[in-house]
Amino acid sequence: MDAGLARDLYFRMLRIRTVEEKIAELYPEQQMRCPVHLSVGQEAVAVGVCAALASEDYAFSTHRSHAHYLAKGGNLKAMLGELYGRVTGCCQGKGGSMHLVDRSVGFLGAVPIVGSTIPIGVGAAFGTLLRKERRVTIVFLGDGATEEGVFHEAVNFAVLKRLPVVFVCENNFFSVYSSLDVRQPSTREIYELVRGYGLESLQGDGNDVEAVYGLTKAAAEKARAGRGPTFLEFKTYRWREHCGPHYDNHVGYRSEQEFEEWKARCPVARLKQRLLQRGLVAQQDLDGVEATLTDEIEAAVAFAKASPFPDPQLLGAHLYAP
Amino acid sequence: MTRDLRFFQAIHEATDLCMARDPSVYLMGLHVPADPKGIFGTVSGLQQKYGSDRVMDMPTSENGMTGVAIGSALVGMRPIMVHQRIEFALLAVEQIINQAANWHYMFGGKDAMPLVIRMMIGRGWGQGPQHSQSLQAMFAHVPGLKVVMPVTPYDAKGLLIAAIEDNNPVIYLEHRWLHNIFGPVPEGHYTVPIGKARTARPGRDVTIVATSYMVLESLRAADLLARDGIEAEVVDVRSLRPLDTAHILGSVQKTGRVLAVDGAWRSLGFAAEVLALVAERTYGTLKAAPQRVTFPDLPSPSTPALAQHFYPRTVHIVNGVRTMLGLQEVTEAQLGIQHETPLDVPDKAFTGPF
Ligand SMILES: Cc1ncc(C[n+]2csc(CCOP(=O)(O)OP(=O)(O)O)c2C)c(N)n1
Repeated sequence: MDAGLARDLYFRMLRIRTVEEKIAELYPEQQMRCPVHLSVGQEAVAVGVCAALASEDYAFSTHRSHAHYLAKGGNLKAMLGELYGRVTGCCQGKGGSMHLVDRSVGFLGAVPIVGSTIPIGVGAAFGTLLRKERRVTIVFLGDGATEEGVFHEAVNFAVLKRLPVVFVCENNFFSVYSSLDVRQPSTREIYELVRGYGLESLQGDGNDVEAVYGLTKAAAEKARAGRGPTFLEFKTYRWREHCGPHYDNHVGYRSEQEFEEWKARCPVARLKQRLLQRGLVAQQDLDGVEATLTDEIEAAVAFAKASPFPDPQLLGAHLYAP
Repeated sequence: MTRDLRFFQAIHEATDLCMARDPSVYLMGLHVPADPKGIFGTVSGLQQKYGSDRVMDMPTSENGMTGVAIGSALVGMRPIMVHQRIEFALLAVEQIINQAANWHYMFGGKDAMPLVIRMMIGRGWGQGPQHSQSLQAMFAHVPGLKVVMPVTPYDAKGLLIAAIEDNNPVIYLEHRWLHNIFGPVPEGHYTVPIGKARTARPGRDVTIVATSYMVLESLRAADLLARDGIEAEVVDVRSLRPLDTAHILGSVQKTGRVLAVDGAWRSLGFAAEVLALVAERTYGTLKAAPQRVTFPDLPSPSTPALAQHFYPRTVHIVNGVRTMLGLQEVTEAQLGIQHETPLDVPDKAFTGPF
């Protein structure tokens, strides 16, 4: 991987990490009055996948969508505005954190109902095919979502129609507090199960952004060339609680040791190490970037906090399209 | 003996008691044993007591697992399924409506379908359009389903026991803002019959027919109205299907006025049903046109700036009644209503996402 790209991946991950840490820091002020689902620890999947896409490619996501939205190029100010319930938010405050959207960069929507965007993403891919566009559609989903019937129905159709879609499963082993082993047989890998539907199905290290990038690049090129869908499973780990800003290892659904093992595999620190080792960046480069990131994020937070709330008139707006 | 319990404790006690009495009762739902908060405290400790066969987590597969519950009911089990938000049950609407609701009827009355589905409804903390819908009318529209909405801890326990012992599918709807309220609950086994309304407060001037959390807002409104000499009778319907039409009509015949209050959409909903019922059966005896207090026919917005204009509250009920009596509307300030907490939280203790 060339130096420019590797550095870019690093900065994108660091940016997302810093934004999410900032949200975690600010959330207890109780000015963001909606749930937040942070993906601290999972940045490599979002960044590796989206860096392999073109801006006109489409992406769909879930309740845990901040990283996906930002990685796809979503507007940070509009995201924070939405979390703060302001009219400058990407949904004018109507959606809240679980409904991010930025059409200008192909991020067509995130919704919190598990599995619901999977067929919608397949439908978008179907639409692009009918319209003879050469776009790829990415559907982000969790391990929990692979248990929903709609996942299986959607994959079947994608294979049937050879749709230009890449299913990206972030397997972080948990559906809220329920670990994978109470939901799926432990002798089976998700990507192996999915392979049975007749599409290429691969597994990669979800904490290695270069690996994620490589697999996605190949899958996206294949889709663009009309050679059908791919399923990619990336194992990774969510550091903080399912919903909210805190750490929650003490509540007992996972062990401190497991958490520490995953933390030691931090995707951001890992790439940074590699970049330094390969001599692709110098420590002072990184310091400089960290400072600009902090400024950018402070400015976005200030923007969101200073933004007005939607006027009550807006309550009745947008029920039907004009 | 009767002591004060919280609503969530009443649900816990009913579940515990039924599981102890009847080995065919089992409990399942996403995070049912795993949730450290015990699904608002309603299932805490039950897996330790009854084991993982009878208290179990499930895959993120609502439709499939509802079918599993139905099948097990057919062969003698009595499942209770829990959905932390009613929206998750929408993925199971096929099994609930096509299968569970119809089964007994379509097979000529041969098989019972004892199944309880607990669903949380209601608002709070920016849950937005897909996590705070109140779809009682949708389920109550379907013949073959019973739909209950307890308000008091007493009813929470008695109705849940009745639901578990009922041979039909029962949708048991819990408003998130009720889980922490207090009230007297008898120890031991008792049931509250499904399909019987209750007069939560007697009055002679107007009947307020309310559901779930809106009963509490209606009682507050009745207190404020009483200061002006207006005596409102508050009817807590408790069950939407079967609906205790006799109770509602009896009250309206006495007062001559009806205001239907439902925490859900206006058109084609529960409040519309009450007004239709009253119009059909008491036409000519009413002293004022029936009124409704409901949500507007819009999705529920996330931002508190809009949510405060979406959810009706005490003042809207007061004004609904005043309008019927030909009185001027009043403001919250005139009523002396001060909000000690922001409007998107149920109480002072609440500090974060549901
Ligand atoms: C249909 C449905 N059922 C249940 C839920 C509750 N819920 C919210 S997030 C979540 C976890 C899903 O796990 P996964 O897909 O692995 O995503 P993760 O949170 O791990 O990123 C669940 C079950 C939901 N939102 N939608």
